[in-house]
Amino acid sequence: MPQLSVMDKLEILSDAAKYDASCASSSTTKRDSLGGKGLGSTTGSGICHSYAPDGRCISLLKILLTNFCTYDCVFCINRSSSNVQRARFSVEEVVALTLNFYKRNYIEGLFLSSGIIRSPDYTMAELVRVAETLRVQHGFRGYIHLKLIPSASPDLVARAGLFADRVSVNIELPSEASLKSFAPEKQPRDISAAMGGLKLKIEESKAERAKTSKAPSFSPAGQSTQMIVGADGASDAAILDRSAQLYGSFGLKRVYYSAFSPIPDSSSQLPLAEPPLLREHRLYQADWLTRFYGFEVGEILDRHSGDMLDLAIDPKLAWALRHRDRFPLDVNSADRESLLRVPGLGPRSVKRILDMRRIKRLRLEDVGKLARSLTTLRNFIVTADWRPGATLDSDRLRQHLAPKPQQLALF
Amino acid sequence: MRVAQLAGEADFAGWREQARLLAGQGVPAAEVVWQVGGQAADLFAEAPASNGAVETRALRVPAAFPALAEQVICHSDPQRFSLLYRLLLRLQDEPQLLKVATDPDVHRADAMARSVRRDMHKMTAFVRFREVTDEDGGEAFIAWFEPEHFIVERVASFFVKRFAAMRWSILTPHRSLHWDGAQLHVLPGASQAQAPTEDAMEAYWRTYYANIFNPARLKVKAMKAEMPVKYWRNLPEASLIAPLIAGASRRAQEMVMTAPTHPPERHLRQAARSDTGQDEAREAQQRGEAPVASWAEAAAAARICTRCDLYCHATQTVFGEGPLSAPVMFVGEQPGDQEDLAGKPFVGPAGQLFDRAMAQAGLDRSRAYVTNAVKHFKFQLRGKRRIHQKPNAGEVKACRFWLGLERDFVKPQLVVALGATALHALTGHSGSLMSMRDRDLSLDDGTRLLATVHPSYLLRLPDPEAKQREMARFIADLDRVGEVVPALRLAA
Ligand code: SF4
Repeated sequence: MPQLSVMDKLEILSDAAKYDASCASSSTTKRDSLGGKGLGSTTGSGICHSYAPDGRCISLLKILLTNFCTYDCVFCINRSSSNVQRARFSVEEVVALTLNFYKRNYIEGLFLSSGIIRSPDYTMAELVRVAETLRVQHGFRGYIHLKLIPSASPDLVARAGLFADRVSVNIELPSEASLKSFAPEKQPRDISAAMGGLKLKIEESKAERAKTSKAPSFSPAGQSTQMIVGADGASDAAILDRSAQLYGSFGLKRVYYSAFSPIPDSSSQLPLAEPPLLREHRLYQADWLTRFYGFEVGEILDRHSGDMLDLAIDPKLAWALRHRDRFPLDVNSADRESLLRVPGLGPRSVKRILDMRRIKRLRLEDVGKLARSLTTLRNFIVTADWRPGATLDSDRLRQHLAPKPQQLALF
Repeated sequence: MRVAQLAGEADFAGWREQARLLAGQGVPAAEVVWQVGGQAADLFAEAPASNGAVETRALRVPAAFPALAEQVICHSDPQRFSLLYRLLLRLQDEPQLLKVATDPDVHRADAMARSVRRDMHKMTAFVRFREVTDEDGGEAFIAWFEPEHFIVERVASFFVKRFAAMRWSILTPHRSLHWDGAQLHVLPGASQAQAPTEDAMEAYWRTYYANIFNPARLKVKAMKAEMPVKYWRNLPEASLIAPLIAGASRRAQEMVMTAPTHPPERHLRQAARSDTGQDEAREAQQRGEAPVASWAEAAAAARICTRCDLYCHATQTVFGEGPLSAPVMFVGEQPGDQEDLAGKPFVGPAGQLFDRAMAQAGLDRSRAYVTNAVKHFKFQLRGKRRIHQKPNAGEVKACRFWLGLERDFVKPQLVVALGATALHALTGHSGSLMSMRDRDLSLDDGTRLLATVHPSYLLRLPDPEAKQREMARFIADLDRVGEVVPALRLAA
C-alpha cells in the first residue's frame, strides 16, 4: 500500500466519521489556561466554530483513529466488507492535528472514535492514549469526547472517563433484533451494559466531587448516544419508546437521531434512498416535547395517531388537533403546564407571558411580541381582545396550518 | 439642545456619567445629542453643565438595567445612546418597565442586547488565527475579524482564558487586542492588510470541512441561520461552500446509484476464520435445546436469554455470583436499578443492608452464593425514574430454568429464600411467606430450605421502631442459617 500523507488520512478519516451526528461540546467542567500553562478552556455551552452545508454544527475535530474494522455492521461505511479506502492515524498525528486546529480557533476539541482493530481492548487503549497524551503531555484543557468500544475492559473505561469530558456508546438501532441482523458482531447486551456501567461511574464521581472538588471527575459532560433512523423497519413509536427507556435507565444527556443516509459502497440490505431528514426532524421535536414540555411518549403517539409521527405538521400541533376540546386556552389565566402545550408557545415565551400578565392583561398584539409568530398560535388562545372563531372545530384547520411542501435544497 | 460627548463607541462609563448628570437635571431625551469621540458637534448644541451648580435628583433603576445597558451600548445602531437614556428617564416613573417586554423601547433594547450577545458568541466561534513568527522566532498568532457591533473588548477575556500561553493579536476595524503572554493591550483599529494572508494549516482545515460534510443531507438554510453570510469573508472554509453545494446532489445520487461491490479479500479471509458456532450453541442452550455443561456456560447463555420479555427493557442479565463451592445459596427476587446497571446482584441499597445483616449475624458473605429468582430488572418508567415492579408468575416460571442450573452447578447444602417471589420460584408455594418462616423446609431434591423476608422489605418499613424490630428478626433468621451451616460463620 502506498504511504498515505496526513492530508490523505485526514480526508479518509473525517469522511468516515461524518455519520455521527453528535458534535456537542457543552456542559462539562469549566476550565481555562490562565496560569500560563497548557492550552485551552471550556465554556458552559460549547461553541460551534463552523457549519457545514448539511446544517450541522462543527464544534470538534471529529475523526476516526482508523477506519480499518474487523466488524461488519451493514449500515456502516467502515464495515469490513466495504471497499472504502482505509487509513490509520498514529496517536501523534491526531494529537498534532488537534493542537494545531485548536490554536487557530477552528475547534473546541476532539471527538475521537475508531474502527475495531485487533481487539476491543487494543482499540480502546489507542483511543485512551490520544486523550492521555493531549491532557498530560500538552496540558490540553479543551473538550475531548471518546467513543467507547462496548466490550472494552473496565480499567480502560475508567481511564477514558478520566481524560475525556464525555464518553459515549452508540446504540445504533432501536431494536435488539435489527441490531442483531445488521451488526452481527455487536452484542446489544454489551452496548446497554456499557451504558449502565457509565451511568454508575458518572454518578459515583459526581457524588465524590460533591464531597471534595479534588476527586477525579469521570465523563463530567455525561453520556449521549445515537440511533440511526430509517435503516430498519422500526416505527417512530418504537424509537421514542426506546429513547424514553434510554433517558430513564442511563440518564443520557441526549439521544441523537441520525437519518440513515446512503453511504459510498453501500450494502444491498439497505434502503437506497435519500435520508429521511424530515422524519429525523420530527423525532427531535417529539424528543424535545418529552424532555422540556412534560409530554409522555404515549401522548405524542397514541391510539388515534398510529405509530408514525405526522410528517406534515409538528408533533405538538398534531397533539393539539387531536385534543381540540382543551382549546382555546386563556393566556391570561392558564397555568404553565397547559400553556406549554399550546402550539406556537415554547418555554421562553411561556415564561415571558407569565411575567407580563402580572403587570397587565395581555392582548393579542402583546402575545404577538412575546411569541415567535401568531399564525398557528392565534387559533388556540383567548386573550383580552381575541377569541378564535369556529375555526378550531373545523377539520380544515390541519390543512390550513400544515406548511406547503417545499424544496429543501434551494440555495 | 445638549451635547453629551462619549470617549468611544462602547463607552459605557462615559454614557453612565453623562446620563446621570442629564437625567438628574431632568433634561428630556429629545433634547440630548449623543456624540462619540471627535465627531463634528451639532451647531445648535450646548454642552451639559458638568459642574455641580444645578440641583440633581437621585436616580433609581432596577438591577437588570445596568447589565442590559452595558450590552446595548455595544450595538452598532447610532440611536442606542438615546434609547438607553429614554429608558433611564422612563424607569424613574415606571420602575416595572423592563418587565413589560411588549413596550416598544424595551422590545427594541432587548432585541439589541440579543444581537450584541449573538455577535459576541459568533466572535468566539469565527475568529481564525494565522500563525506568524514573532521577533524572537517564537510562534505567534494573528487574526483579522469584522464584528457587527462594538464588542471586541467584551470578548477579550474569552481569548485570554483560552489562549493564555500563546501570543496572539486580534485585529478589527474598530479595536485591536494584543496578548503578549502576560498582559492584554487594547489598541486602535487596524486594517486587514496588517494581518497575515495565509496559514499552512488552513489546507487541512478545509480538507476537514469538505469531508465532514454529508452531501446527502443538504440544509443550506440551517447553515446560513447559524453562520450568517456576513461572517463568511473571513472564514477560510467559506469559499468551499458554493462548490460543495453545487456538487452535493450529484454525489448523493452517485452513492444511491452505485451497485454494491464485492467484499475485499481481507474481509473474506477474516469471515472464514471467524466462528459463529459459539453464538449458535449459546442460543440453543438458552432455548433449553442443548445441554449446558458448566456454570460458566450457563452464565454466558443467560446473557442472551429471551425466555420471557423482561430482557427487552432491562440493561442486562444479572446472573448469580459467588464461589461455586458455596455451602449456602441466597435467592432474592430480581435485580434492582443499581444491580441492573452494574450487572451484579445485591449491590444496591437492599444488597448493602443484606451485607450489614450478614456481618451482624457473624456470617461470611463472601462464602455465600447470591442470586435472584428472576434475572432481569422489571420496572415501569415514570418520567425519568424506573419504578420496581413485581415479576409475574410467567416470568418467574421462565426464569426458573436458570435458577435450576445454578442449583445444579453450585449444589448448596442450604438454600435461603429471601421473600415470597424467591420462595415461589423455589417451591411453587404461592401463599404467605410468614407461614413458612421459622420452619425447616426442604426442596424437591432434599436440599434444606429456609425462608425469610427480602431485605428491601426492611427498607420500605416507614416506622423506625418496626424497622428495628424486623431487622433484629431478620438477623435472627440469618443466625439460624449459621446454625444449620456453621461453615458460613466468620472465623472468630
Ligand atoms: S427474566 Fe429470566 S427468563 Fe426472562 S429474559 Fe431475563 S433471564 Fe430470561
